[in-house]
Amino acid sequence: MYAQMVQSTGTLKTREEMDERERAFQDRIDAGEKIEPQDWMPEGYRKTLVRQIGQHAHSEIVGQLPEGNWITRAPTLERKAILLAKVQDEAGHGLYLYCAAETLGVSRDEMTEKLHDGEMKYSSIFNYPTLTWADIGAVGWLVDGAAIMNQVALQRTSYGPYSRAMVRICKEESFHQRQGYSIMMKMAAGTPEQKRMAQDALDRLWYPSLMMFGPSDAESVHSAQSMAWKIKVSTNDELRQKFVDQTVPQAEYLGLTIPDDKLAWNEEKGGYNFSEPDWQEFHDVLAGNGPCNADRMAARRTAWEDGAWYRDGLVAHANKRAAQRMAAE
Amino acid sequence: MSSEWPLWEVFIRGQHGLNHRHVGSLHAPDAEMAIKNARDVYTRRNEGVSIWVVPSNQITASVPSEKGPMFEPSKSKIYRHPTFYDIPDEVGHM
Amino acid sequence: MSALCEFALRMGDNTLILGHRVSEWCGHAPVLEEDIALANTALDLIGQTQMWLGLAGEAEGEGRTADDLAYKRDAWDFRNLLLVERPNGDFGQTLMRQFLFDAWHHPMLTWLAENSKDQRVAEIAEKAVREAAYHLERSSDLVIRLGDGTDESHRRMQDALAYHWTYTGEMFEADAIDRELADAGIAPDPAAMKPGWDALIGEVLAEATLSVPENDFAHKGGRRGQHTEHLGHILAAMQFLPRAYPDARW
Repeated sequence: MYAQMVQSTGTLKTREEMDERERAFQDRIDAGEKIEPQDWMPEGYRKTLVRQIGQHAHSEIVGQLPEGNWITRAPTLERKAILLAKVQDEAGHGLYLYCAAETLGVSRDEMTEKLHDGEMKYSSIFNYPTLTWADIGAVGWLVDGAAIMNQVALQRTSYGPYSRAMVRICKEESFHQRQGYSIMMKMAAGTPEQKRMAQDALDRLWYPSLMMFGPSDAESVHSAQSMAWKIKVSTNDELRQKFVDQTVPQAEYLGLTIPDDKLAWNEEKGGYNFSEPDWQEFHDVLAGNGPCNADRMAARRTAWEDGAWYRDGLVAHANKRAAQRMAAE
Repeated sequence: MSSEWPLWEVFIRGQHGLNHRHVGSLHAPDAEMAIKNARDVYTRRNEGVSIWVVPSNQITASVPSEKGPMFEPSKSKIYRHPTFYDIPDEVGHM
Repeated sequence: MSALCEFALRMGDNTLILGHRVSEWCGHAPVLEEDIALANTALDLIGQTQMWLGLAGEAEGEGRTADDLAYKRDAWDFRNLLLVERPNGDFGQTLMRQFLFDAWHHPMLTWLAENSKDQRVAEIAEKAVREAAYHLERSSDLVIRLGDGTDESHRRMQDALAYHWTYTGEMFEADAIDRELADAGIAPDPAAMKPGWDALIGEVLAEATLSVPENDFAHKGGRRGQHTEHLGHILAAMQFLPRAYPDARW
């Protein structure tokens, strides 16, 4: 997902191992209460949340780049406006999420620097390139589709500011997946070249989209504590299965083929059987060896460093004005 | 490293004359720019007609863990709520 | 081509090309709030483009849509000011270009909304003028703040002003089409916009502690299709898909 492999700080404790405060905290979470910024919380809860919300926010920001890559080449004025509005929304979502993380005592600039240092991560999916216009459709359809699945669940997360950010984000995101699918419909029903682009986009982005949910639960060492704290509300495999089940009929409607020979309906489980992505590739991408890691980070660093004079200039002016106001009073 | 822009809390009044509602936060170098940024960030979908911004560090909050003594006394004062009273149907709407 | 069609192209090409330039920042602005604000400006400009080029197609009467005009003309048929095709440069150059344009665009739209004898022109201007008012408020405010900020921000804004200055005179030159439009009461005489622009620029730059350049040379040609080298590259990117796949619908 946008937050993959978030390391959970603190091992899962039994009730007996918890101290009184920890027990009271866990009781509140179990009762479905929201935890708010001024509440006492275990240090591990705070740290894990900062990591997860931060990673989620970074993903929104870095996620502007692959789609932004096509804003100047959108094929109609309307498509250009829609895409720009969508990428702008991603910036907004990053902003809401950073604010949620900031309530935990870490500043946005700090998190930004950590992203640039490589200390904090963002979703693996944004290290893949957008090579044709159909990729813009496929990103909306598949990547936003996968993200929404997780985000809808996260509206129920235990931390109040995170949950509220998710509510706002989900409300705004509802058009994102639809606009992606609408591009795919045009492409799939278009000229032979357009259809070829659409199939090619699905071929390249299918497995990276499946990777967004993170490794299989069996291997996901961080899940148990995060689930107990309701920082995570569904398991990786649950969400992945749901995503596949939702997406297969959509691909069929488009007349496109999901690049998986093993894909088959399984009556017994009431869902599709499907092939696992190449997890070695996933780990390579996370380690910095995806097709676009270096470019994405360079773009973010450049924006940040080249913008320093602008941010500083405005602070200097605000200080001057404040001093003038003080002097006048 | 540059100095970070302060954080502001944003309150917006929607179209229908309701109270200003907290919608989120943002960064800005001063109050005037916080208003402009709030307009661009939080009213992209025509959500509001009036914006307030407050420096986040100027908000004084009640302590949630003390919310028992703070809010529970009012729970017992059910007579403040209209549903407490039985009005005979014959009287009509009140 | 009628004067009305030519005028709509001039207005629409300005917003198209400037909107394109501004949209290049998306994902790369100095701070998140600014990224979002700039995208709003670009979105406004794209929306205005759809209206102006729609009108141009209608006035031309050959069945061309706004998209046909945006994506299927070559550089020599574009009628925008040279100023708007200037590269983004650093963020100061982008902001200064925006301010110099807004300071012309807003009064222009105000005039059109209030006075144009062509109802369609007045209606488009009526809608666009509210957006342009906010653009001007924002860009002038930022020019003031950055001009009177740090030494570095001051220097960059002064450099940006010098960089764009000789491309501002073109806004006020008049040709036969402008005279026809002015006589018909459709659009103002471009020169008549100059005193107001000078006053506004003077006021904002003074507050920004920036000095008005003394060079009064003006590069011209955009409004009759003679552009800088930059426009061809903008169009190469912008028009790539519809040109590479002329039979496709998107």
